[in-house]
Amino acid sequence: MINSTSSVSSQLDDRSLHLRRTAVKILNVSRRGHLGSAFSIVEILRVLYDEILRVNPNDPEWDQRDRFILSKGQGCLSLYVMLAEKGFIEESELWKFCQSDGILGGHPEHKIPGIEASTGSLGHGLSIGIGFALNARYEKSDSRTFVVIGDGESNEGSIWEGALSAGKHKLSNLTVIVDYNKNQSYASTYEVQDLEPLCDKWQSFGFGVREVDGHDIGQLRNAFENLPFVPDKPSVLICHTVKGKGISFAENNMEWHHKNRLTDSEIQELLQELEVG
Amino acid sequence: MRQACLDMVYELAKTDQRVFFIGSDLGVGTLDKFKDEMPDRFFMEGVSEANVIGMATGLSLEGKITYVNTIATFLTRRCFEQVVLDACLHNANVRLIGNGGGLVYAPLGPTHLAVEDIAIMRAIPNMTVVAPADADEMRRFMPLTLDHQGPIYIRLAKGYDPIVTTDEHKFEIGKAICMRQGSDALIISTGITLKVALDAAEMLEVEGAHASVLHMPTIKPLDVESLMVSLSKTSVVVTVEEHSIIGGLGSAVAETIAEANFEPSKRFRRMAIPDQFVENYGSQDSLMANYELTAEAVCSLVRSLSSGLNTNLEMQKTYSNIN
Repeated sequence: MINSTSSVSSQLDDRSLHLRRTAVKILNVSRRGHLGSAFSIVEILRVLYDEILRVNPNDPEWDQRDRFILSKGQGCLSLYVMLAEKGFIEESELWKFCQSDGILGGHPEHKIPGIEASTGSLGHGLSIGIGFALNARYEKSDSRTFVVIGDGESNEGSIWEGALSAGKHKLSNLTVIVDYNKNQSYASTYEVQDLEPLCDKWQSFGFGVREVDGHDIGQLRNAFENLPFVPDKPSVLICHTVKGKGISFAENNMEWHHKNRLTDSEIQELLQELEVG
Repeated sequence: MRQACLDMVYELAKTDQRVFFIGSDLGVGTLDKFKDEMPDRFFMEGVSEANVIGMATGLSLEGKITYVNTIATFLTRRCFEQVVLDACLHNANVRLIGNGGGLVYAPLGPTHLAVEDIAIMRAIPNMTVVAPADADEMRRFMPLTLDHQGPIYIRLAKGYDPIVTTDEHKFEIGKAICMRQGSDALIISTGITLKVALDAAEMLEVEGAHASVLHMPTIKPLDVESLMVSLSKTSVVVTVEEHSIIGGLGSAVAETIAEANFEPSKRFRRMAIPDQFVENYGSQDSLMANYELTAEAVCSLVRSLSSGLNTNLEMQKTYSNIN
């Protein structure tokens, strides 16, 4: 049996702090957003976009690209930071977050360059990703599909319908990444809807399973460089993360799942927590 | 009609590599030829409608035309959010083929009766809603689904429904078909109630009343232009549909009439299934009769509207029979 209660201990480096600072500056525009959900996936997205995903910001529709879906769409702040940094979108769009003249809203939409699927309502991204992966197989393309799902999102029945389907089709070109921060909106996953034994569940659905510290760049890189984890099976990477990672007063604090009406002083406190060095 | 539709999916797939098929847990032997000849484009995914719609959307976003088939209630109610957010929000080329629209599954009770499918599909942006009248019309319609942009809900009837259309009734998505012309009344139908409308018009003709019949196989987008032309020629208008009185063809026509502000105003009634769960079993025909969705009832209503009788009383009588 795989143990899915690994601890998370890695420290954040300058780049991770910088990415989070940009996210806070985006939050400063709307004064509302899902900070906790976004900060648990910064390192996952960073490693994917820096080193793993074969994408071309100058040709977002390139047909051989890897497909990436943020199924837990509420984590979009971190995704927008990466899309701007890589050149999919103009940086100026970040400063129009949730504004009437902007393209970036509180959940990602497929009209945004680099976004494959609109998400926000939970439990949709995996099945769309299965469609992508089946198409890649049919077209004999090397394109891979990566789908980030949340642990709260894993309450949805459609996630498990998708897991059955991906396992049945032995979609070795599909990787599911679980942001396992152990917290959902109301309380911990253990209290609201316990997912354990999570690794065993995915394994029993026909997936190759690995666990990593979801904030450890090296562990994430190593895992993504060794896909699929088991030949002829879809892969799932269970990422042990901390909700609100990097902000001492927001970490594992349910009040920071989604924040409204952030004040100037709260924004300053967030930025101070993320100062480099 | 169902067989004609699925046969067409097979025929289209043979000539167009973009055509994929996903079923849920369909009857044994369904589309065996498709599966045998094109197995990499055929999927039977089990009773998992939410996943099926997401899969179909993913395939369609990659340029495929994905036909999804299961019982209409499961295809519309069970995975409504996937239909809205996956298929329609992405304007994906997903074709939803719903078995047993309306009262077809009469013996199986309300869990299987798709009597609000048109209403809920019609409410979704980007969705096109089509209910052909017979198998021949289905064959004329299906080739058009290849190059239509956006999702389509295709409402199937029972099968072996009487053939009432001919090759002269050219099919265009979004266009109504004028089946006969007359200035005394206008009967508007969709799907298999075209037969009811045509029979009613024949009966009225015997009585010396000339009725138009406007067939609207596409309920969304509604062919308002043709509807307005037909409406302009008569003052008595009746819609007849195998669907809830809320949100279907009658509602769509009523919206048009209301905003047209005709003077003098039209004498208009909707014939449909009342806003209640179906409590009886029996057959599709017996339930249609229970709900007065018959040529005789259409004639009676047209007569009363034409003679200026108190139609409210007439309708109360109609529905008291049901309740």
